[in-house]
Amino acid sequence: MKRSVPLIITFVAGLVMIVQFYSYPLNWLGDLFNNFYNIILTCAYVLGALSLLVVNGKKIYQQAPGWGYNLVLLLSLGITLGVGLFWIPTGGTPLDEGTPFSWIFNHVFTPLSAATYSLLAFYIASASFRAFRARSREATLLLGSAFIVMIFRVPLGEYLWQSIPWLGEWSISAFIEDVLLGGFNAAGQRAIMLGASVGLISVSLKILLGIERSYLGSGE
Amino acid sequence: MEAQSWGDLLGMWLGVALSLFIFSFLYKDNPLYKLAEHIFVGVSAGYWMCIGYWQVLHPNLILRLQAGDWRYGAAAIMGVMLLMRIYPRWAWMGRWPLAFMVGIFAGYNIVYTMQAQVLRQIEATILPLWGAGLTWYQWLINLIVVGGTLCALLYFYFSKEQRGPLWGRAARVGIWVLMVSLGAAFGYTVMARLSLFIGRVMYFQDVWRATVNFFS
Repeated sequence: MKRSVPLIITFVAGLVMIVQFYSYPLNWLGDLFNNFYNIILTCAYVLGALSLLVVNGKKIYQQAPGWGYNLVLLLSLGITLGVGLFWIPTGGTPLDEGTPFSWIFNHVFTPLSAATYSLLAFYIASASFRAFRARSREATLLLGSAFIVMIFRVPLGEYLWQSIPWLGEWSISAFIEDVLLGGFNAAGQRAIMLGASVGLISVSLKILLGIERSYLGSGE
Repeated sequence: MEAQSWGDLLGMWLGVALSLFIFSFLYKDNPLYKLAEHIFVGVSAGYWMCIGYWQVLHPNLILRLQAGDWRYGAAAIMGVMLLMRIYPRWAWMGRWPLAFMVGIFAGYNIVYTMQAQVLRQIEATILPLWGAGLTWYQWLINLIVVGGTLCALLYFYFSKEQRGPLWGRAARVGIWVLMVSLGAAFGYTVMARLSLFIGRVMYFQDVWRATVNFFS
């Protein structure tokens, strides 16, 4: 019961999504199920927040090493939720410009996320310095294409290229755009996309037919 | 960027301080970085929950239920069932909405991935290799796209050993195409991260300018 009902639900939901695609009168069912999907997915965020509350609350209660940081995490979660859910301006939502929620977004969330992702620039640069060695033909191709894209897609690189006596007459930007990106990169990415798509379709089919059941977890 | 009020100015300097706390990790792990990291996790979780509520739950569930569309009661019940996963005794109830979501995702992928990914990619690869009006430059690019895609796909085909004068060489060319492609993708990733960093540095400059303008 606890395992067979979910398998039936999976099969029926998947079948409905396939059938509605081929039948216009059933399109409303597809839209309805899509909305249901989004609603349940949003409830999964609540599950995530509850889990965050339990894990961090336990550490604070036990006064584990670094529990102060867990307290900061819960406080920032609580403040953001309080402001974003309950501080409602008249005739609008907290997501509007000029609200305390947008203040948090502009001055806390955006700087933190941009700084965190930009930090990766240093680590990618240091990782590439260690990993990029022209040891084989394949590694040289990888190194070469990355080098060309990084150097000649910026104004300084283009200026340097143009100063080369004979080669400078060619447009390096056009070469990168047409041959490297439009040719080799398109071909490589296309093959990867085709492979991944076929894999996704086959896994989806296995899920619908009940062959792949790992999403149900173990136990009863 | 202009500071209209003390709140704006305070927020800008808070943003600068938090960015610097994050960058302090370049020296080594330290309490300021940990503080910023934990604030980031808490604010991110709260931010996405609020966005989910106001952009999904409120218009799609609450307003529809208020309007008397009781079909959405089923979605509400499944949402609550998913939350039961937090209690080990009732965790099995969470499988039903999960199964529903997985089913929709799988059914959607079978049809839409075939239509939007597989067929479109094949269609985009069917390019002319000879004919009037085709310049040598366009011919070269088309040849790279068609030949490169086929060779890279051959490399991904593992049911036959990649040996022999034709199959083996084609798979080898496939690896070269993938290497050039991954190199270009890597180069782009580095550039994107660097432009984010440049954006951060310019933000510091803008905040300083806004502060000077605010007091002058």
